[in-house]
Amino acid sequence: MATVVFPRREEVTTPTQPKISTRNLNVYYGSFHAIKDVNLDILPNRITALIGPSGCGKSTFLRCLNRMNDLIEGVRVEGSVTLDGEEINSARTDVVALRRRVGMVFQRPNPFPMSIYDNVAYGPRIHGIRRRTVLNEIVERSLRQAALWDEVKDKLRQSALALSGGQQQRLCIARVLAVEPEVLLMDEPASALDPTATFRIEELMQELKSRYTIVIVTHNMQQAARVSQFTGFFYKGELYEFGGTAKIFTNPDRRETEDYIRGRFG
Amino acid sequence: MRMLGIYERWRRFWNLSTLTLTGICAVAVMAPVFIILAYLIANGIRSVNLEFLTSLPKPPGEPGGGMANAIVGSFYMVGLALILSLPIGVGAGMYLAEFGQSRYANLVRFVADVLNGVPSIVIGVSVWALLVVPMRSFSALAGGVALAFIMIPMITRTTEEMVRAVPNALREASLGLGATYARTMWSVVLPAARGGIVTGVMLALARVFGEAAPLLFTALGNRFWNLYLDRPMANLPTQIYEYAKSPYESWHQQAWAAALVLILVVLVLNVVARVSTRERFRALR
Repeated sequence: MATVVFPRREEVTTPTQPKISTRNLNVYYGSFHAIKDVNLDILPNRITALIGPSGCGKSTFLRCLNRMNDLIEGVRVEGSVTLDGEEINSARTDVVALRRRVGMVFQRPNPFPMSIYDNVAYGPRIHGIRRRTVLNEIVERSLRQAALWDEVKDKLRQSALALSGGQQQRLCIARVLAVEPEVLLMDEPASALDPTATFRIEELMQELKSRYTIVIVTHNMQQAARVSQFTGFFYKGELYEFGGTAKIFTNPDRRETEDYIRGRFG
Repeated sequence: MRMLGIYERWRRFWNLSTLTLTGICAVAVMAPVFIILAYLIANGIRSVNLEFLTSLPKPPGEPGGGMANAIVGSFYMVGLALILSLPIGVGAGMYLAEFGQSRYANLVRFVADVLNGVPSIVIGVSVWALLVVPMRSFSALAGGVALAFIMIPMITRTTEEMVRAVPNALREASLGLGATYARTMWSVVLPAARGGIVTGVMLALARVFGEAAPLLFTALGNRFWNLYLDRPMANLPTQIYEYAKSPYESWHQQAWAAALVLILVVLVLNVVARVSTRERFRALR
């Protein structure tokens, strides 16, 4: 195991251009104020973990980053979200193009009821790739990246629903990778999986880190500590604390963060 | 063995008699089907032969002849009804499932349920006024439209239920990959709901295949071959009606045979619907 070098506090605000920035982000579900004035910079090629007790708004926040909240009736998102400096929380944003750049892996594996091949090829196909050879190549590359190729290469035509939960989740990751996004949003990607499958997903994240910007929401604090370089602690819709993972887990500035990490609530 | 108390005896008696009663009721549900089948087979099987299936009706009094035109006519008009009702029913069902919270959608749903409850004879008379009168002729088209009127609400409501049952996670997965809503509906939601929709359509087909009332005033019936949309067309249900009320014994025989063919087709449609349902659930597991 290589030694993990945690970034120092100052590096959080280093001049590196953030991939995603939110400014005064507020989300309302009807009259419920779910996200309160969140300002957060997410750096490229790093894994940023969002932790916090259930209902603290971390998933809602994540879904602001690819406008997934648009799909839920009665949700109002105010404030600014930029991707590479470009505003994405505006009526003029091409949401379809945005979601191609910002892919999402969901809590429960949700493969389409089609073959393994068709699941991975779905994204490239909707974006106009028709040529068989190109599709084959994309499918293989994506499945390799998701560390699933060796397990499924002989049964690409079989239903994806026949795979185990962990395999299904890696398939969903492969499906996202096939459209070559720049950012990967992961909403508790391992919470429905057993420890072995979880470990594989975490390994996978480390491999993907060099090429993608990853944001992961997790309930599992060990997981956040293991995989991420930056951690944000959400509590009651606010971003209570954000910083290098080592700092958050060893020497948090705020009382609530420490209480949560020590397991006193949540 | 110890003696049972009166209460316990009563309980056992009550338990047993309830079980027996409900069991009898369950048998009674199946009985009509078997009675109908047995009766039709007993009376009709003799007359179901190659001639019956392949030739035209003979004039009254002459022996032989068949109902080939009515069999083809029935399939023809049911097929026509399918072509007309499938896109409308599936389209409306998808609309109701995806955007079904508005007042307009509630109205559509209510009207579809009303249409589902309209007696088929009323549909027949309405289509007569709507198409037969202006066209100045009974026609296969009018028959197909009348049957489509019956199928549309059935297909609409089945589609709605099946599309609604598709997990939201699948929609999110597709949209999250940068698919448009339309693409998501066509490529993910509809295929996922397809099995259930097919089952519903099969049941709707089975239902209208045996309908006589809507065809009496629209397709009318025909003793000769016709494949034109704008002319009267033979069909099994009205032919059965015609032959059964005739005074000729040979026609009665043919009516029995036609009834048997009709019920067999309906039976096959039901079995296909059932098998496709089972396949669907197996696939989901």
